[in-house]
Amino acid sequence: MTKMNMLQAINNALDTAMAEDERVLCFGEDVGVFGGVFRATSNLQQKYGKARCFNTPLVEQGIIGFANGLAAQGSVPVAEIQFADYIFPAFDQIVNESAKFRYRSGNLFNVGGLTIRAPYGGGIAGGLYHSQSPEAYFAHTPGLKIVVPRNPHQAKGLLLGAIHDSNPTLFFEPKRLYRASVGEVPDEDYRLPLGEAEVLKEGTDVTLLGWGAQMEVIEKAVEAAEKDGISCEVIDLRTILPWDVETVANSVFKTGRLVVTHEAPLTGGFAGEIAATIQERCFLYLESPIARVTGMDTPFPLVLEKEHLPNHLKVYEAIRASVEF
Amino acid sequence: MTTTKSKVVYSPVFTDGAEFRIPTFKLLKQDGKLYKSAKAPDLDKDKALRIYRAMVTTRILDERMLAAQRQGRLSFYMQCTGEEAAVIGSAAALDDGDMIMAQYREQGALAYRGFTIDEFMNQLFGNEMDYGKGRQMPVHYGSSKLNYMTISSPLATQIPQAAGYAYGQKLRGEGLCTITYFGEGAASEGDFHAALNMAAVHRVPVIFLCRNNGYAISTPAAEQFAADGVAPRAYGYKMDVIRVDGNDILAMYQATQEARKLAVEHNRPVLIEAMSYRLAAHSSSDDPSGYRSKDEEAVWREKDPILRMRLWLESKKWWSEDDEKQLQENMRREVLETMKRAQKRPPPPLETLVSDVYDEVPPALAEQFDKLKAHIRRYPDEYPKSAEHAKGGA
Ligand SMILES: Cc1ncc(C[n+]2csc(CCOP(=O)(O)OP(=O)(O)O)c2C)c(N)n1
Repeated sequence: MTKMNMLQAINNALDTAMAEDERVLCFGEDVGVFGGVFRATSNLQQKYGKARCFNTPLVEQGIIGFANGLAAQGSVPVAEIQFADYIFPAFDQIVNESAKFRYRSGNLFNVGGLTIRAPYGGGIAGGLYHSQSPEAYFAHTPGLKIVVPRNPHQAKGLLLGAIHDSNPTLFFEPKRLYRASVGEVPDEDYRLPLGEAEVLKEGTDVTLLGWGAQMEVIEKAVEAAEKDGISCEVIDLRTILPWDVETVANSVFKTGRLVVTHEAPLTGGFAGEIAATIQERCFLYLESPIARVTGMDTPFPLVLEKEHLPNHLKVYEAIRASVEF
Repeated sequence: MTTTKSKVVYSPVFTDGAEFRIPTFKLLKQDGKLYKSAKAPDLDKDKALRIYRAMVTTRILDERMLAAQRQGRLSFYMQCTGEEAAVIGSAAALDDGDMIMAQYREQGALAYRGFTIDEFMNQLFGNEMDYGKGRQMPVHYGSSKLNYMTISSPLATQIPQAAGYAYGQKLRGEGLCTITYFGEGAASEGDFHAALNMAAVHRVPVIFLCRNNGYAISTPAAEQFAADGVAPRAYGYKMDVIRVDGNDILAMYQATQEARKLAVEHNRPVLIEAMSYRLAAHSSSDDPSGYRSKDEEAVWREKDPILRMRLWLESKKWWSEDDEKQLQENMRREVLETMKRAQKRPPPPLETLVSDVYDEVPPALAEQFDKLKAHIRRYPDEYPKSAEHAKGGA
């Protein structure tokens, strides 16, 4: 075990994967000597050479198209998109190509080795172009997996899980936690399963569900709610697609209440999908409407970021409202 | 039918483009004297001094604002140190009615057009006077009055937009053009290639100006493209192109003047590649010592475009030591005073969270806003910036 922040854990995961398997490559804008603008790929070029860790020209559609080709050939590319906000120039390559390679070829070809990493989310004074949470756009695309870690331990285990998964996977890293979140991380190779949520805390009155940096927000809100005598069950979804309906539904059978929170806007956000599914599964068990605590239906602001974000106070209010309904 | 009329050969002949060696246009030497066979463009004293003042203003603004960022007064900043001539020299060759669509490092063009220090500061501090209503990070300026399109962070998106904007100008017969600025890194984006092709096919009066400053964050130009810079790409689209010493104010001015003629009078899009160097860090979040040497930077520091222009102005007796001292002092004072003023101004009102998303606030968003206001009223101490604003209304 070593104490690491989330960036170090991600770097360690990449190092582990590259050491074990020559087919693993990582590349993207400024990824080479510099180690990426956040330094997630530090020292990898020095260690594994320019052929396996390199700077690409500044073209996201090129990066992902190239990665698709590499993966189709049998390599294991881990492509970095510098900010999730800049994944959209590669949208066509991801949504039409990565996601459908296996399906359209009748499994003659696939890009299962592909992993795309991108820092995402707000809280860093980045304004509308350095704060977005685009997971819902991709969650509408069958064929992709979408993973979000909440701390360094999860980051290493889930990233190794993603790299070794046989499906194209988007790995969204909550950049607000990059240096802020520190914890013990095993030194060896370990892989956390994709598609499984984790119950972080058991409780009886209400289920709290989130992912990434929102887990910290939930934790703070739950602390306040428990002081009021409300017993909370807390679940980290970890994988947005395909998501773990079973674990969430079982929790709601028990608590009868669900609060889902994410930073992305409300309308069309992934909380909507969760609410609809859980309502179908658990209708007769629900004691109150499923609550969504999310960003507003606006682009991400700068100066009024705090007002926009679904913080612990808003989550706390939702817990209270749900219990007092 | 093919539109390509090419010579036929009967054995395989490959060409690698190396024959397209593009010359660099220069007029002014570093000592302020012209090259032997060079002739200065038609630039009168008033205009020359307006250009020079904009260059010095930009340099001082950059120095002070980077210092302010280091002191924690400002969240972020980007300098254009070393590239002032490329941007201001080209902007000065335009008509004030021409549209400018910049990348983010072109504050010099705005300064030349007359954006006041106050206007710069209001954007940098995102206060209630910021035209962008405190929504974007620092240096994302915009001014409809000065025909300067508000900056968008996703790189290269402005390049095809510039072609479209200019096509509209052509249709209206305005006799105007659009210039779009971008870095050699951004020129790798698909949007760049799409833009050049669209503009060439539709004969659009647009000037594409690539600031080739050697780096895209940490990526050196040699890892950005294998070719001889960005300029040769114009050949593939059958577009006019010129490469210019980007630290040479006279060459930049003249090249852009001629490019504008081609664009406006002949509807020929033009690519200008300005060869320069990004002397400063990429942004206040960057540390260039991790990817390039001090020696390399020193070579370019010797080629300072501002000093080069100053020496030329002095040789023409248009500028003196005293003028310089006065300008420096005045600018420094103005920058400090306006910064203090801008910092004190309140943030934009809470309503700016939901305005301008659409022409009118849709019902679902209005409902979200009312909920937010009620929430803030319950926790006024947690939202010091907006608690006052949340009091009004429902
Ligand atoms: C589509 C997109 N991808 C990535 C980024 C992140 N980014 C911001 S500036 C920059 C480098 C740009 O370099 P260049 O175009 O050469 O301009 P310079 O900074 O050198 O002036 C990058 C990669 C972005 N803003 N937009």
